[in-house]
Amino acid sequence: MSFRVHVRVMPRGGLLDPQGQAVEHALAALGFAEAGGVRVGRAIELDVAAASRPDAEARVRQMCDKLLANPVTEDYLLEVEEA
Amino acid sequence: MLKVAVVRFPGSNCDVDALRAAERVGTNAYLVWHRDTSLQGADVVILPGGFSYGDYLRSGAIARFSPIMQAVQRHAADGGAVLGICNGFQILCEAHLLPGALMRNAGLTFVSKPVDVVVERVDTVFTSAYAVGTRIRIPVAHGDGRFVAADDTLRMLEAEGRVVLRYEPSSEASPFQPNPNGSANHIAGISNAAGTVVGIMPHPERVADPALGATDGLGFFTSLAAWQPRDTMLRVPSQ
Repeated sequence: MSFRVHVRVMPRGGLLDPQGQAVEHALAALGFAEAGGVRVGRAIELDVAAASRPDAEARVRQMCDKLLANPVTEDYLLEVEEA
Repeated sequence: MLKVAVVRFPGSNCDVDALRAAERVGTNAYLVWHRDTSLQGADVVILPGGFSYGDYLRSGAIARFSPIMQAVQRHAADGGAVLGICNGFQILCEAHLLPGALMRNAGLTFVSKPVDVVVERVDTVFTSAYAVGTRIRIPVAHGDGRFVAADDTLRMLEAEGRVVLRYEPSSEASPFQPNPNGSANHIAGISNAAGTVVGIMPHPERVADPALGATDGLGFFTSLAAWQPRDTMLRVPSQ
C-alpha cells in the first residue's frame, strides 16, 4: 500500500522564533493587529510504501528522528492518508 | 609530520583557507572529498565553513550523513581531533559529536563582521597556544549561528568548562556589538569533554596569515600542529 504522509516540523515552544516574530510584526504593519503567537515551521510531504498505516507512520517517525527534524530544537506532527 | 584532513563538501567555501592555514604551521594537510570513505590516516580533521548541500533542510543536516562523516565519527570516537568551523560546527552538532544546535540568528540577518571573543578553555587540541582569558578579534560570517541547547545541557557545558570561545560582553574595549546572533550564554564555541572535538562559529583561518592583516586565529593552527595524538595530558582538567 502507498500512503501520503504530511509532516509538520515546528520550532519547539519556548525557543526564540525570530522568523515568527518578524512575520507577526509584518502582519501588524499590514493592519492585522489581531494576529499573535506567529511561529514559522516547515511542511514536508512524502509517499511511503508500507503494509499498513501504523507501519507507514512508524517509518516516517524514524525519518523525522534521524533527519527531517532536529530533536534538540524542533517538534513534529504527522498526518497519514492512503494515497 | 601531523596529518590534517580538510573535508570538502559540496558548498564548502572555506576549505582552501583552512588547508593553507594548516600548511602554514607545518602540517601535512590535504583535502578529502565528502564521498570518500577514508581520512587517509589523518590525525586531525577540519570541517570547514561554507554552505554544505545548500543548507537545505537545516544547516549541516544533510552533510552529517555524507559517506566521509562515518569515518569522522570513528575518528572522533578513537580520540582523533576534529575542528568544526562555522558550517563545520553546525555539522558536528547535527552529527551529535557536540551537543546543542545552531539556529537562525536572532536578528534574522546574515552577520559578516569581526567580533571579539574570549578564549575560555585552553586544554583542547585547538586552543593550547592561547592563555585563558585571551581576547581575540576574529570574523564571523553566518546566518545560523545562534547556539541553543536544553537548560541541563547548558549547565553541563558551563560546569565542565566546555565553553571554548565566548562572545565578549559589551565593553569599552570592544567596539563591536556583543553576541552577534543571540547565542545562549554568549557561546561562540564548545568542545567535547576530552578537548579533542571543538566547534566554533568564528573563522580563525581568515586571520591566520600576516599578509591578511591579522593573526588572532593563528593559535588554532599552531595549537593543532603542536598536538601529540593520544596525549593523555588532554584529559587532565585545567584551571
